[in-house]
Amino acid sequence: MIRRVLIANRGEIAARIIRTCKKLNVETVAVYSEADQQAPFVSMADQAYLIGPPKVNESYLNIEKIIEVAKEREADAIHPGYGFLSENGQFATRCREEGLIFIGPSSEVMKIMGSKIAARKAMQEAGVPVVPGTDGAVASAEEAVEIAQSIGYPIMLKASAGGGGIGMQVVRDDKELKKAFSANSRRAETFFGDGAMFMEKKIEHARHVEIQLLADEHGNAVHLFERECSIQRRNQKVIEEAPSPFISKQTRNKMGETAIKAARQIGYTNAGTIEFLVDEEEQFYFLEMNTRIQVEHPVTEEITGLDIVKEQLNIADGRALSIVQDELVIDGHAIEARIYAEDPVTFFPSPGHISVFDVPDGPKVRNEIAVRSNYDVTPFYDPMIGKLVVKGADRKQAIARLKEALSNYHVEGIKTNIPMLRIIADNEHFQAGNTTTAFVEQYYLPEVTQKKEEKSWKK
Amino acid sequence: MEEVKATMAGNVWKIVVKEGEQVEEDQDIVILESMKMEIPIAAEEDGTVKELKVTEGDFVNEGDVIAIIES
Repeated sequence: MIRRVLIANRGEIAARIIRTCKKLNVETVAVYSEADQQAPFVSMADQAYLIGPPKVNESYLNIEKIIEVAKEREADAIHPGYGFLSENGQFATRCREEGLIFIGPSSEVMKIMGSKIAARKAMQEAGVPVVPGTDGAVASAEEAVEIAQSIGYPIMLKASAGGGGIGMQVVRDDKELKKAFSANSRRAETFFGDGAMFMEKKIEHARHVEIQLLADEHGNAVHLFERECSIQRRNQKVIEEAPSPFISKQTRNKMGETAIKAARQIGYTNAGTIEFLVDEEEQFYFLEMNTRIQVEHPVTEEITGLDIVKEQLNIADGRALSIVQDELVIDGHAIEARIYAEDPVTFFPSPGHISVFDVPDGPKVRNEIAVRSNYDVTPFYDPMIGKLVVKGADRKQAIARLKEALSNYHVEGIKTNIPMLRIIADNEHFQAGNTTTAFVEQYYLPEVTQKKEEKSWKK
Repeated sequence: MEEVKATMAGNVWKIVVKEGEQVEEDQDIVILESMKMEIPIAAEEDGTVKELKVTEGDFVNEGDVIAIIES
């Protein structure tokens, strides 16, 4: 029985987890770095413990220190949130060795899904379609050109160890491929200490659609439908919604069933998400599996009425799922907008002092926040300072509420992406559901450029 | 002469060239790190790295000069 949970995370997700724990009468232990002493999540927890300096290696990634605090404070379980140690198989193993419940899947599953190549192989074996491409590293630019013959252009070149879009490039012919291969391999070597590259067919006009899964330790698994997360900048999500405005009911069912089958085959437990690329013909291809709670989980909660953190705790406690697939229905439409401390045009981070932080209120408006007024946003962590979640009876009403809420969202002292979110909410292509992964380049950036020329752009 | 400037506030994560080294346009000079994002800062023209104004671990503000390139 989980009575006390240590939250090995920070920011809005730490606050989010604490909120559910309070509802369930589960005590909470927060851990925080020197940079987060004034953070809202620290004062929300029943106990809070300073674990080290701002640098993540010395605080939020310090496995032994976090385990030491968990044991000393007699926590039964550790919730890793997202990012940081959430997908670290070694951390999950260490928790279990110390008799602590790790709220997530087994470390074996985490290790497979943490490797792009192993994950692709496991999914192929489970009958999940994958993007046509190489199964391993490509040795040289010459070999890449040869392989390109069979895959066909355009091709997405990716660094095996890559992340955040680094070491990744679309190429459209042999000449571009040769040049990009060595440049990206060199860059991946500098960034990740590993220059290994692989190739995938670039799916044009693709959408990013992911399936939320819940699986217990008794062999039961359900899917909570999809989230559409196509609107991205720097390969990171900006706006997510559920359900997808694009896929048909048949595709939804097929994707959900495929995801459940894959989860069963690999022995997945707890909450997880399988990300897919979906092309114009609604063909879907495995992208990756996230073995943790996602940033955008609230939109799924809004349309299903479930509390995903509560489900995670129940599963980790060994209880069977309380829901079956047939009982799950989509109720309404939900949209999440991520609030980032960054320049709304270059997308470069903007740390600094927040003098005013006023969030909107209203029916079906939900705020997940990491900061407050008179607060310093440090350069040490992710730029996301909040999430705005709205719900409507349908997509049209959800968009109307999003626009209204964004007009009442006020942050002063640092740059934020709120002007970007307002433009997107007003954009006719967004309103028509024309949300592909190229949205920002195709519609947002040209509109900003035009507005700047007309001097009607306000930051 | 070209001043290579920081495009965002953050820490100097890695310096990838040495003083006196020949660099080409678009070649990375340093990699800045801020809020989980690593941003390479590249030379805008060919030349020689005359001076590096930062060391690894330094904090820079947007617009600070990182290096001077002599063409």
